[in-house]
Amino acid sequence: MINVGIDVGAKNIKIVVLRDGEIIGKGISLAGFETKETTKILFDETIKQAGITPEQIDSITSTGSGRKAADFAKFSVTEVTAATKGATSLFPSVRCVIDVGAEEGRTIRCDTEGKIIDFALNEKCAAGAGAFIEAMSRALEIPVEDFGMISLQSDKEIPLNAQCAVFAESEVVSLLHAKTEKKDIAKSVNDAVASRITSMARKVGFEKDIELIGGMAKNTGFVQSLKKALESEIIIPENPEFISAYGAALINE
Amino acid sequence: MAQEFWRWKEYNWKSEKIDWKGGSIITAGVDVGSVSSQALILVDGEMYAYSSMRTGSDSPQSAVNAMNWALDGSGMKLENINYVVGTGYGRVNVPFANKTITEIACHARGANMMYGGSVRTILDMGGQDCKAIRCDEKGKVSNFLMNDKCAAGTGRGMEVFADLLSVPIEEVGDLSFNVAEEPEPVSSTCVVFAKTEATGLLREGWPKNKVIAAYCSAMAHRVVTLLERIGVEKDFVITGGIAKNIGVVNRLQKELGIEILKTEYDAQIAGALGAALFAKALVEKERK
Repeated sequence: MINVGIDVGAKNIKIVVLRDGEIIGKGISLAGFETKETTKILFDETIKQAGITPEQIDSITSTGSGRKAADFAKFSVTEVTAATKGATSLFPSVRCVIDVGAEEGRTIRCDTEGKIIDFALNEKCAAGAGAFIEAMSRALEIPVEDFGMISLQSDKEIPLNAQCAVFAESEVVSLLHAKTEKKDIAKSVNDAVASRITSMARKVGFEKDIELIGGMAKNTGFVQSLKKALESEIIIPENPEFISAYGAALINE
Repeated sequence: MAQEFWRWKEYNWKSEKIDWKGGSIITAGVDVGSVSSQALILVDGEMYAYSSMRTGSDSPQSAVNAMNWALDGSGMKLENINYVVGTGYGRVNVPFANKTITEIACHARGANMMYGGSVRTILDMGGQDCKAIRCDEKGKVSNFLMNDKCAAGTGRGMEVFADLLSVPIEEVGDLSFNVAEEPEPVSSTCVVFAKTEATGLLREGWPKNKVIAAYCSAMAHRVVTLLERIGVEKDFVITGGIAKNIGVVNRLQKELGIEILKTEYDAQIAGALGAALFAKALVEKERK
């Protein structure tokens, strides 16, 4: 049985191809402004690389805030459903799924069967999402890929007063002017996002185990800050940005 | 260096009619905001001079610069001023202030002189915050609400857009009416997301002016929700930098269905004016 999951996020499109529940192909691409075209191109490429023809596919399931762009997908599920399915299938002990993407964040509490009990969302504000880190890495003039690593080098706790990404950018520039080290500012930015996500996790009443998925899970500095804020270990799956696409594919498996 | 479209012009003004040497009470108000700073001098309660400048990274220096520019060419020195009140977000950073008073109180007091005693609701749209203030006929604050957490609905948000669209910020208002029809407002609240949304609209082929209109309308809508929480009683006025942006002001007026009072004064000096008026009252009290 071949099942495909497509997660059209605000920043990236992620596709996972499953054969009998095993991953046989995956693809990622920037969503850009021609999201519909890009989704189709990525889909064609991904199944080709997996050695699959469209006729062999049993189900295509879309998810993500831009899932309408995958108009060829017969099925569609919400981000909360896809994230929970993907995260708990990999780690059945998980009771709290934290998904932090480019423009959205969500915390989900689920039961032993992976059934959703409660969830909280932020899709309105860049503080508490990957876009916040992107904006700050621009202000700090460090590559966004290195942000986590640089932040890990600091053991300082400098409070970031501004919540808003626009105001925080000015604050970061002021900190730079005051000769604060970039690593300390990067850590303070990660701490700030972790604190926002922690309040969202408290809203749903989180319990262990906790799993973090989404692109922000690749920011090692953020993971460290979040562990500290939640006072708990966190499970990070391999390829955390693909988990929702994986979950979407599994729904119709 | 590339042109910085958000850069609004700094300015100063001096009365030709007043001879300050004949004044009995000379007071000043200095409003150090997060984005702009104003210094204003009153001679016996009459407006004598003021300046408006950008607040730099060094707030105390910004206060000094604004004061010096207001004094510029008058022959007046700081020592000639009987009392200085500092206000605004950076009010503690006015080195020569005799006292500090919150900008909420000062805006209400300033609006009372600028627009008259009939003012009951003031919307102060500043660089990094937005306040809805209710006051009585003397300009005394009875209630207020503020947003200082989020750039949506603030001058800084508009600056970001001016830069994104390469439109000088002073032209935003006029250009926003140069559209075939009024578009739907930009749907994202967050300025960061609104930028992405606007870039998408431009790519879809929207003319620049239409995107500006959609953002002005979103900003108007955003502050209406703040105003509705506190309630708008007439007369209603807007102070702060955004008061000069008719793209936001006119749309706000339309959405609220309430006419906004106009003034011959510069709406951005309300805080400094209020501070200088408080300073005058304090001197009078001391002399009694």
